[in-house]
Amino acid sequence: MKILYFAWLRQKIGFGEEIKDIPSHVTTVKLLIEWLKIQDGGYSEAFKDISAIKVAINQEFANFDTKINKNDEVAFFPPVTGG
Amino acid sequence: MTVRVQQKDFNLGDELKTLHKGNHAIGGVCAFTGLVRDMSHNGEISTMTLEYYPSMTEKILQKIKAQAQQRWSLEASLIIHRYGKLNAGEQIVLVATASHNRDAAFESCQFIMDFLKTKAPFWKIETDLNGNQQWVEAKNCDNIIASNWTKNN
Repeated sequence: MKILYFAWLRQKIGFGEEIKDIPSHVTTVKLLIEWLKIQDGGYSEAFKDISAIKVAINQEFANFDTKINKNDEVAFFPPVTGG
Repeated sequence: MTVRVQQKDFNLGDELKTLHKGNHAIGGVCAFTGLVRDMSHNGEISTMTLEYYPSMTEKILQKIKAQAQQRWSLEASLIIHRYGKLNAGEQIVLVATASHNRDAAFESCQFIMDFLKTKAPFWKIETDLNGNQQWVEAKNCDNIIASNWTKNN
Protein backbone atom coordinates (compact mmCIF):
# COMPACT_ATOMS: atom_id res chain seq x y z
CA MET A 1 0.00 0.00 0.00
CA LYS A 2 1.27 3.47 -0.88
CA ILE A 3 0.91 5.83 2.08
CA LEU A 4 1.51 9.58 1.87
CA TYR A 5 1.94 12.13 4.65
CA PHE A 6 1.74 15.90 4.28
CA ALA A 7 2.59 19.01 6.31
CA TRP A 8 3.25 18.37 10.03
CA LEU A 9 2.36 14.70 9.67
CA ARG A 10 5.23 14.35 7.22
CA GLN A 11 7.55 16.16 9.65
CA LYS A 12 6.54 14.01 12.63
CA ILE A 13 6.85 10.76 10.70
CA GLY A 14 10.07 11.86 9.01
CA PHE A 15 9.19 11.23 5.36
CA GLY A 16 6.38 11.94 2.93
CA GLU A 17 5.82 8.64 1.22
CA GLU A 18 6.26 4.91 1.79
CA ILE A 19 5.14 1.55 0.48
CA LYS A 20 4.01 -0.78 3.24
CA ASP A 21 2.85 -4.40 3.41
CA ILE A 22 -0.33 -4.21 5.43
CA PRO A 23 -1.63 -7.22 7.40
CA SER A 24 -4.91 -8.65 6.12
CA HIS A 25 -6.94 -7.57 9.19
CA VAL A 26 -6.23 -3.90 8.36
CA THR A 27 -9.32 -3.26 6.25
CA THR A 28 -10.30 0.33 7.13
CA VAL A 29 -8.55 3.68 7.53
CA LYS A 30 -9.11 3.51 11.28
CA LEU A 31 -7.47 0.09 11.53
CA LEU A 32 -4.57 1.34 9.40
CA ILE A 33 -3.98 4.20 11.83
CA GLU A 34 -4.14 1.83 14.81
CA TRP A 35 -1.64 -0.47 13.10
CA LEU A 36 0.72 2.39 12.12
CA LYS A 37 0.68 3.67 15.70
CA ILE A 38 2.29 0.47 16.98
CA GLN A 39 5.05 0.55 14.35
CA ASP A 40 8.48 1.99 15.16
CA GLY A 41 9.02 5.62 14.30
CA GLY A 42 7.06 8.82 14.64
CA TYR A 43 3.63 7.33 13.91
CA SER A 44 2.24 7.31 17.45
CA GLU A 45 3.16 10.97 17.86
CA ALA A 46 1.80 11.92 14.41
CA PHE A 47 -1.52 10.13 14.95
CA LYS A 48 -1.99 11.15 18.59
CA ASP A 49 -5.01 13.36 17.84
CA ILE A 50 -6.83 11.93 14.85
CA SER A 51 -9.55 14.59 15.05
CA ALA A 52 -6.93 16.92 13.52
CA ILE A 53 -6.29 14.60 10.57
CA LYS A 54 -7.94 14.22 7.16
CA VAL A 55 -7.61 11.24 4.87
CA ALA A 56 -7.86 10.68 1.14
CA ILE A 57 -7.97 7.36 -0.67
CA ASN A 58 -6.84 7.32 -4.28
CA GLN A 59 -6.98 11.12 -4.19
CA GLU A 60 -10.60 11.33 -3.07
CA PHE A 61 -11.60 12.53 0.40
CA ALA A 62 -12.53 9.61 2.64
CA ASN A 63 -13.24 9.03 6.32
CA PHE A 64 -11.90 6.74 9.04
CA ASP A 65 -14.49 4.04 8.34
CA THR A 66 -13.69 3.86 4.62
CA LYS A 67 -12.52 0.44 3.43
CA ILE A 68 -8.99 0.16 2.06
CA ASN A 69 -7.12 -2.46 0.06
CA LYS A 70 -3.47 -3.11 -0.68
CA ASN A 71 -3.38 -1.32 -4.03
CA ASP A 72 -4.81 1.92 -2.66
CA GLU A 73 -2.96 5.20 -2.30
CA VAL A 74 -3.82 6.48 1.19
CA ALA A 75 -2.89 10.03 2.16
CA PHE A 76 -2.98 11.60 5.63
CA PHE A 77 -2.85 15.35 6.16
CA PRO A 78 -4.03 18.17 8.41
CA PRO A 79 -6.99 20.39 7.43
CA VAL A 80 -6.03 22.35 4.32
CA THR A 81 -4.84 25.98 4.45
CA GLY A 82 -4.41 27.11 0.84
CA GLY A 83 -5.69 30.23 -0.87
CA MET B 1 -11.24 26.56 -18.43
CA THR B 2 -7.81 26.17 -16.90
CA VAL B 3 -6.33 24.95 -13.61
CA ARG B 4 -2.63 25.43 -12.94
CA VAL B 5 -0.55 24.61 -9.86
CA GLN B 6 2.87 26.17 -10.34
CA GLN B 7 5.91 27.48 -8.52
CA LYS B 8 6.48 30.52 -10.70
CA ASP B 9 4.69 33.83 -10.39
CA PHE B 10 1.93 34.89 -12.78
CA ASN B 11 1.16 38.16 -14.52
CA LEU B 12 -2.34 39.19 -13.54
CA GLY B 13 -2.93 41.40 -16.56
CA ASP B 14 -1.71 38.84 -19.06
CA GLU B 15 -3.77 36.06 -17.47
CA LEU B 16 -6.99 38.09 -17.54
CA LYS B 17 -6.43 39.23 -21.14
CA THR B 18 -5.87 35.63 -22.22
CA LEU B 19 -8.99 34.54 -20.37
CA HIS B 20 -11.40 36.70 -22.36
CA LYS B 21 -9.45 37.13 -25.57
CA GLY B 22 -11.59 36.51 -28.64
CA ASN B 23 -14.77 35.74 -26.71
CA HIS B 24 -17.10 38.71 -27.17
CA ALA B 25 -19.94 37.01 -25.30
CA ILE B 26 -18.07 37.88 -22.10
CA GLY B 27 -19.44 40.99 -20.44
CA GLY B 28 -17.38 40.90 -17.29
CA VAL B 29 -14.41 39.25 -15.63
CA CYS B 30 -14.10 38.95 -11.87
CA ALA B 31 -10.68 38.19 -10.40
CA PHE B 32 -9.48 37.48 -6.89
CA THR B 33 -5.76 37.49 -6.11
CA GLY B 34 -4.49 36.12 -2.80
CA LEU B 35 -1.23 37.51 -1.43
CA VAL B 36 1.23 36.40 1.23
CA ARG B 37 0.43 38.50 4.25
CA ASP B 38 2.17 38.73 7.59
CA MET B 39 -0.18 36.73 9.80
CA SER B 40 2.09 36.26 12.77
CA HIS B 41 1.24 37.98 16.02
CA ASN B 42 4.71 37.88 17.50
CA GLY B 43 7.03 39.32 14.91
CA GLU B 44 7.28 39.51 11.18
CA ILE B 45 7.27 36.43 9.00
CA SER B 46 10.01 36.37 6.46
CA THR B 47 8.63 33.66 4.18
CA MET B 48 5.70 31.36 3.65
CA THR B 49 6.13 27.91 2.12
CA LEU B 50 3.24 26.11 0.44
CA GLU B 51 3.09 22.36 0.11
CA TYR B 52 0.50 20.48 -1.96
CA TYR B 53 -0.56 17.00 -3.00
CA PRO B 54 0.34 16.67 -6.69
CA SER B 55 -2.50 15.27 -8.78
CA MET B 56 -5.10 15.32 -5.98
CA THR B 57 -4.86 19.11 -5.72
CA GLU B 58 -5.41 19.58 -9.46
CA LYS B 59 -8.30 17.10 -9.37
CA ILE B 60 -10.03 18.92 -6.52
CA LEU B 61 -9.55 22.30 -8.22
CA GLN B 62 -11.04 20.90 -11.45
CA LYS B 63 -13.97 19.56 -9.46
CA ILE B 64 -14.62 22.91 -7.74
CA LYS B 65 -14.44 24.67 -11.10
CA ALA B 66 -16.87 22.16 -12.65
CA GLN B 67 -19.31 22.81 -9.80
CA ALA B 68 -19.09 26.55 -10.43
CA GLN B 69 -19.72 26.02 -14.13
CA GLN B 70 -22.78 23.94 -13.35
CA ARG B 71 -24.16 26.55 -11.01
CA TRP B 72 -23.48 29.69 -13.07
CA SER B 73 -23.34 30.34 -16.76
CA LEU B 74 -19.61 30.95 -17.24
CA GLU B 75 -17.84 31.71 -20.51
CA ALA B 76 -14.40 31.11 -19.03
CA SER B 77 -12.65 30.52 -15.72
CA LEU B 78 -9.14 30.19 -14.40
CA ILE B 79 -7.49 28.97 -11.20
CA ILE B 80 -3.75 29.41 -10.64
CA HIS B 81 -2.27 28.39 -7.28
CA ARG B 82 1.41 28.64 -6.44
CA TYR B 83 3.51 26.39 -4.23
CA GLY B 84 7.01 26.58 -2.77
CA LYS B 85 8.68 29.39 -0.87
CA LEU B 86 7.04 32.82 -1.15
CA ASN B 87 7.88 36.19 0.39
CA ALA B 88 5.41 38.57 2.02
CA GLY B 89 3.54 40.51 -0.65
CA GLU B 90 3.88 37.82 -3.32
CA GLN B 91 0.88 36.46 -5.21
CA ILE B 92 -0.32 33.01 -4.06
CA VAL B 93 -3.54 32.41 -5.92
CA LEU B 94 -5.62 33.74 -8.78
CA VAL B 95 -9.25 32.86 -9.38
CA ALA B 96 -10.93 34.52 -12.35
CA THR B 97 -14.38 33.95 -13.79
CA ALA B 98 -15.90 35.43 -16.92
CA SER B 99 -19.56 35.63 -17.81
CA HIS B 100 -22.21 37.61 -19.71
CA ASN B 101 -23.01 39.62 -16.61
CA ARG B 102 -21.39 40.59 -13.37
CA ASP B 103 -23.54 38.59 -10.94
CA ALA B 104 -22.42 35.22 -12.26
CA ALA B 105 -18.80 36.37 -12.41
CA PHE B 106 -18.76 37.82 -8.85
CA GLU B 107 -20.61 34.94 -7.22
CA SER B 108 -18.77 32.09 -8.94
CA CYS B 109 -15.41 33.68 -8.17
CA GLN B 110 -16.27 33.80 -4.47
CA PHE B 111 -17.68 30.25 -4.59
CA ILE B 112 -14.44 28.90 -6.09
CA MET B 113 -12.31 30.71 -3.50
CA ASP B 114 -14.47 29.57 -0.59
CA PHE B 115 -14.22 25.91 -1.65
CA LEU B 116 -10.56 26.16 -2.57
CA LYS B 117 -9.83 27.37 0.99
CA THR B 118 -11.53 24.36 2.58
CA LYS B 119 -11.02 21.54 0.05
CA ALA B 120 -7.89 22.01 -2.04
CA PRO B 121 -4.92 20.13 -0.50
CA PHE B 122 -2.47 22.96 0.18
CA TRP B 123 -0.68 23.59 3.48
CA LYS B 124 1.16 26.72 4.54
CA ILE B 125 4.08 26.99 6.88
CA GLU B 126 5.35 30.38 8.04
CA THR B 127 8.98 31.12 8.81
CA ASP B 128 9.75 34.18 10.92
CA LEU B 129 12.89 36.29 10.77
CA ASN B 130 14.54 34.10 13.42
CA GLY B 131 13.97 30.97 11.35
CA ASN B 132 11.16 29.63 13.58
CA GLN B 133 8.54 27.73 11.63
CA GLN B 134 4.86 27.33 12.31
CA TRP B 135 2.16 25.55 10.30
CA VAL B 136 -0.85 27.75 9.58
CA GLU B 137 -3.98 26.36 11.23
CA ALA B 138 -7.24 25.94 9.33
CA LYS B 139 -9.99 28.32 10.41
CA ASN B 140 -13.40 26.94 11.23
CA CYS B 141 -15.09 30.10 9.89
CA ASP B 142 -13.84 29.09 6.41
CA ASN B 143 -15.77 25.82 6.70
CA ILE B 144 -18.92 27.67 7.73
CA ILE B 145 -18.59 30.07 4.79
CA ALA B 146 -18.16 27.16 2.34
CA SER B 147 -21.10 25.22 3.80
CA ASN B 148 -23.36 28.26 3.41
CA TRP B 149 -23.21 27.77 -0.36
CA THR B 150 -24.75 24.32 0.02
CA LYS B 151 -27.48 25.57 2.37
CA ASN B 152 -28.52 28.35 0.00
CA ASN B 153 -28.77 25.98 -2.90
